[in-house]
Amino acid sequence: MKYLDEYRDPVLARRLLDELRQTATRPWRIMEVCGGQTHTLVRQGIDELLPAGMRMIHGPGCPVCVTPLETLDRTMAIAARPGVILTSFGDMLRVPGTDTDLLSLRARGADVRVVYAPMDAVRLAAEHPDREVVFLAVGFETTAPANAMAVLHAARLGLTNFSMLVSHVLVPPAMTALLDDPDCEVQAFLAAGHVCAVMGWREYEPIAARHRVPIVVTGFEPLDLLEGILMAVRQLESGRFEVENQYVRAVRRVGNPAAQDTVRAVFRVTDRAWRGIGPLPDSGLELAEEYRRFDAARRFDVGGLCPVEDAECIAGAILTGAKLPTDCAAYGTRCTPRHPLGAPMVSSEGTCAAFHAAGRTPTRSTA
Amino acid sequence: MTIECPTPKHEEEVVLLGHGAGGRLTAELLDQLILPAVHGGTGPLEDAALLPGHPGLVMSTDNFVVSPLFFPGGDIGSLAVHGTVNDLAMRGAWPLALSVSLIVEEGLPLSELRSVMTSLGKAAQDVGVPVVTGDTKVVGRGAADRLFINTTGVGQRHELLCPSAALAHPGDAVLLSGPIGLHGTTVLSTREGLGFESDIASDTRPLHRLVRALVPFGADVHVLRDPTRGGLAAALNEIARDSSVAVEIEESAVRVPEAVASACDLLGLDPLVVANEGCLVAFVDAASAEGALTAMRSVAEGAAAVRIGEVLPDGPQGRVTLRTLVGARRIVDMPLGEQLPRIC
Repeated sequence: MKYLDEYRDPVLARRLLDELRQTATRPWRIMEVCGGQTHTLVRQGIDELLPAGMRMIHGPGCPVCVTPLETLDRTMAIAARPGVILTSFGDMLRVPGTDTDLLSLRARGADVRVVYAPMDAVRLAAEHPDREVVFLAVGFETTAPANAMAVLHAARLGLTNFSMLVSHVLVPPAMTALLDDPDCEVQAFLAAGHVCAVMGWREYEPIAARHRVPIVVTGFEPLDLLEGILMAVRQLESGRFEVENQYVRAVRRVGNPAAQDTVRAVFRVTDRAWRGIGPLPDSGLELAEEYRRFDAARRFDVGGLCPVEDAECIAGAILTGAKLPTDCAAYGTRCTPRHPLGAPMVSSEGTCAAFHAAGRTPTRSTA
Repeated sequence: MTIECPTPKHEEEVVLLGHGAGGRLTAELLDQLILPAVHGGTGPLEDAALLPGHPGLVMSTDNFVVSPLFFPGGDIGSLAVHGTVNDLAMRGAWPLALSVSLIVEEGLPLSELRSVMTSLGKAAQDVGVPVVTGDTKVVGRGAADRLFINTTGVGQRHELLCPSAALAHPGDAVLLSGPIGLHGTTVLSTREGLGFESDIASDTRPLHRLVRALVPFGADVHVLRDPTRGGLAAALNEIARDSSVAVEIEESAVRVPEAVASACDLLGLDPLVVANEGCLVAFVDAASAEGALTAMRSVAEGAAAVRIGEVLPDGPQGRVTLRTLVGARRIVDMPLGEQLPRIC
């Protein structure tokens, strides 16, 4: 895979950093929306090499982190039921609910399985007609097409023992909500390349125009990020506010229309509460009426949920870029990947986990 | 706070899979439960123990529970031999004898058991170590996952070698004998059908000959360790902790095969924490580093040996840092537990 070498070339990286230092005349603040980008920035230490004063604000783009606690508690309650096979992507297994997490439930006998694609869950349902197979469908626009395909496939197979707990979220409403906040410090965005590979960037154009904010569709390798930051800074320095595409090898303006059609066929846009941020109108996906029979929330009446967020966790402020993980009093002490108080410390895409994995301490903070 | 709305809590009174992953959870289990129960010492936990009262003799034991039993590049039989031979080698020892103990699940096809045992026997023969004793138990269906193997080995130390995880010195060169991440990604890909199986193979192989190549450097070979569970990150952290030194490695020097990098990218795993079964890290006195590298490269198992870093003359004790591709510096932490693939 030549991309790996091409986009991790140390010589080119230093050249881009030099160019960035020559271009930036002010301490710009740029938000990378996606948790994958946060991870690369922190792992490579790119954010510590930026020109003096310039700051990356780590955005709400970790799907694990923004999944509401109530959804997690509902998932645990369903997983604990006899006869259920609860399937999930690996990230979700360690996320703490109010009382427990999926790994602990599995150790106690619940049938919790990691899958690598939602179609694996459909296959499990076909193989185990006597069991209820539930797939926890979280994620942004990136994972929605594959999840929609899984529903269509289950429908074609006539499966009655497959269902999804859908908690999809959409990026543009979150960006708009951030920009509408009068305290918002974000001056430019790096949009998530994978999301745009599906959705294109047309829906970002009105956001850039209305809020006069540059948006650069950016990939995930170190050089992608450096180039994306440089493109954003060039726009900021010249007073432009356009949508530009750094990730030309993967993204077209119209995205992937076939994938979009599949999503539209299975899901419909709905209001959604984001963990740490709160309710945002038209910011999520739920199953369309035609496919409601696959809705695990309807199939399993778990009731009695009482989600309680940890009072000390400042996940909301971190997800919106208002604070850094190292600003949190619990960071690295009472809150660690071993004992996470909130989701950003759990997922490999979570900002707190990325900081912790890179050994960031409050004194080394970039704040 | 009410009874109906409990505050978040962590229920840890059962063993989790992560307790066996070789990271921080494993260390906690050993320190807090297992070692106190057997009155284990407080010194560094080595790959193999010196046999009390028998200077020069080394002993090691290991369980192999890999699933699937067969994977590209190896199988549980050859792995069981290589794993224990390598643990002995990391204390500078040549293998003298092995025991092999089997726990077989009812229903395992005899043809599979025969294939595993044939492979195990061939691996032992290739190493030149006799299997001198063993045991076989069969348990009911569901009581084991097809086949578990325990191997115990006794080895004779090369007279000039006495490496220990506690002997890394400031100024030491850190040498790595080969590419990382092959075993872990191969097994994961084969088990889960991720499609990388045709591109990669486990690096499982014996390392005793590679260690023998280092004999001429004697006491200048301070530490040897094969980075198995927990990968290079766990091995370096253990050495940094046990030797009370700061270790720094260069990201660009650590060879990660393309297929491993691709698989890790897809799954959100860090190649530094992925298991290996056929490479070692050596901490060698700086004066002998070039000679040791040449010696390692003269053996097939060390043909791709490189210098990846050094023990810093000063710096926080127990800390491992990595110079990133773009020239920044970040801490390589001890992995926590089970590696979980990410969502997207």
